[in-house]
Amino acid sequence: MSSLSKIAKKEIKELLTPATIIPIIVIAILFASLGNVFGGVGDQLSEPPKIALINNDSGLLSQVAYAVLDQGADIVYEGDNVQNALNALDDEGGVSLFIIPGDFTSDILANRTGTIEAYWVMRGAGILDTIPGSAADALLDNVARAISATLITYDMSDNASIILNPTQLSETTIFKGKEMVGISPPTIAGVISQQALVMPLIVVMMIIYAGSIVITSMGTEKENKTLETLLTMPVSRTSIVFGKLLGAAVVGLIMAAIYMLGMGYYFNSLMASTSIDLAQYGLTLDLLDYVLVGISLFAALVFALALCMILGIFTKNYKAAQTMTMPVTFLALIPMVITLMTDFDTLPLAAKTLVFAIPFSHPMMAIRMLMFDDYSLVLAGIAYSTIMALVVMFIAVTLFKKDILLTGRVASAETTKYSRWPLLALMQRMFTKRRR
Amino acid sequence: MYAVEVKDLVKNYGSFQAIKGISFKVREGEVYGLIGPNGAGKTTALRILSTLLEITAGEIKIYGIDLRQKPDEVRRIISYLPEDAGAYKNLTGRSYLKFIAQFFAEGEQAKELVSRGLEIANLDKRIDDKVETYSKGMARRLLVARALMIKPKLAILDELTSGLDVINAQEIRRTVKLFASQGTTMLLSSHNMLEVELLCDRITLINDGEIVAEGTPDELKERYGAKNIEEVFVKVVSE
Ligand SMILES: Nc1ncnc2c1ncn2[C@@H]1O[C@H](COP(=O)(O)OP(=O)(O)O)[C@@H](O)[C@H]1O
Ligand SMILES: [Mg+2]
Repeated sequence: MSSLSKIAKKEIKELLTPATIIPIIVIAILFASLGNVFGGVGDQLSEPPKIALINNDSGLLSQVAYAVLDQGADIVYEGDNVQNALNALDDEGGVSLFIIPGDFTSDILANRTGTIEAYWVMRGAGILDTIPGSAADALLDNVARAISATLITYDMSDNASIILNPTQLSETTIFKGKEMVGISPPTIAGVISQQALVMPLIVVMMIIYAGSIVITSMGTEKENKTLETLLTMPVSRTSIVFGKLLGAAVVGLIMAAIYMLGMGYYFNSLMASTSIDLAQYGLTLDLLDYVLVGISLFAALVFALALCMILGIFTKNYKAAQTMTMPVTFLALIPMVITLMTDFDTLPLAAKTLVFAIPFSHPMMAIRMLMFDDYSLVLAGIAYSTIMALVVMFIAVTLFKKDILLTGRVASAETTKYSRWPLLALMQRMFTKRRR
Repeated sequence: MYAVEVKDLVKNYGSFQAIKGISFKVREGEVYGLIGPNGAGKTTALRILSTLLEITAGEIKIYGIDLRQKPDEVRRIISYLPEDAGAYKNLTGRSYLKFIAQFFAEGEQAKELVSRGLEIANLDKRIDDKVETYSKGMARRLLVARALMIKPKLAILDELTSGLDVINAQEIRRTVKLFASQGTTMLLSSHNMLEVELLCDRITLINDGEIVAEGTPDELKERYGAKNIEEVFVKVVSE
């Protein structure tokens, strides 16, 4: 064996430990099962979109339009009441209500473009959420083409521009109880997801950064044995744990603030180039909202740091510390990917539970929720994250009182089977104790 | 009252028994040595005495305080120096001493501790350099200063001078003797059997987690008809 491969072999052996491999496997399985979550959207795609139709026109061209829609879509409501139509869409999971006004045919025949009113029911602002809507949107193009063909075939018009573009759309989007006139779901989703992308990125970066502060500090303190010195001084374990967490939390928040300023600037200049102003639709955050986002961020950060502290307890030295943030980072990536793809509201229950259970999800989703004055989930998220942070901190303090902090193993004769797997050994011990 | 009373102490790491029921007593103001080869269990014993590791079985009293029941009270009167310890690398020697002193005193009193520490460390101008630039001897002197400047009732010093050159080792031994004469009880470990003759009032020879002999260096040499402690150890172990 060459010296190169000898060294490579040793490095690989040192780096491929259960602590690094298991999280990756878990994450891989998680992402694989995400496929099932999003698979549902694919099914929706192959089905015709569900629409509601109000046809106030008895003219020929409206019948052409009706024929095209009937063929390409699943019409779940036909009648003359907008509210009933929207209710039907809600019940059936439909995406749009099209209204053909009474003067549709006569307008076109008089060389004016015929207006179709569309109400888009938007359920989420993720990338996957707008797919069903775009299928319905495509139908409207078919309607226009069919009308053009009718006009030509029966020689009903000699106005070229009307023949080419016989219809126009008047759009209203309904999202989380807000009616937004003159704007389409993809536009809203685009703007919102730009904004909503900032938070997940900041959360993930903050967690990686502050988390590695905690873990490497534990690693170096163990390597230099400064931790041993600290632990023999008249300082409570709680102060040591909280002191370390507080230090890293402050640095993490400062970093998050700097990122937010930078990204805020970046997105403002991006916004300036798009034509819509979210404030016009009431989609803005007030001071209280920002405070809530901050609290949510802080709770998630403290949770992350406490979790890293526990990982740090099992870290033996500086080098081992380097790979230890990985599980926490991956934990943060899960909600980041999910919230990018789709909204919390549109997730299946299992995925909802998973996303809610990861405290990092809450600051990631907070801005989007608060834009639509959806306080309940944000507050529940803050409460949950705070409780989780406290629980994990309590575990960290408890572990600080155990041999495991210095020996990396549980001090008990009965746990030799798992002695290379400190966490398992600890769990086994907890359970065997309870059984007695 | 004894400074340290250890009774039937047992320590297991998993299924491995590192300390197999040892008992010894250290008098106040004494320099007491735990002597034995690598792996004998010295560090384990000292870590338990410093409240770092849990006691598997047995009893320990430090100045009459039950260690298992009141570790916080024990921490107020002891000072522990781990073997091969370092300090916070980004701090200067002086700020390290200040950092430690503030846990034991405030204001003028803390300053007093620091100035005593500076004296012990004896690093001159280098005290204001970062710890990461120190040689092994300098770092050890800083850490001995850290451990003794607070005048603990009991100092627990693991491998006090191992790996140091003669000059540094001698200076550190002198400091330890000085502070012992001022009332600090010293419990130290060493695998250097010659050094302990120079330093310790009484010693315990420990091998494989068990005490094999105890007494003053002179007593032991006489009892085993040996020229030095190293010979005593060889005779005891081969018996
Ligand atoms: N964290 C640990 N886990 C398992 N065994 C240990 C651990 N620390 C020490 N030991 C074992 O306990 C015995 C005593 O070690 P130690 O107290 O360090 O000896 P010494 O300080 O006298 O050289 C050795 O056999 C050592 O391998
Ligand atoms: Mg040792």
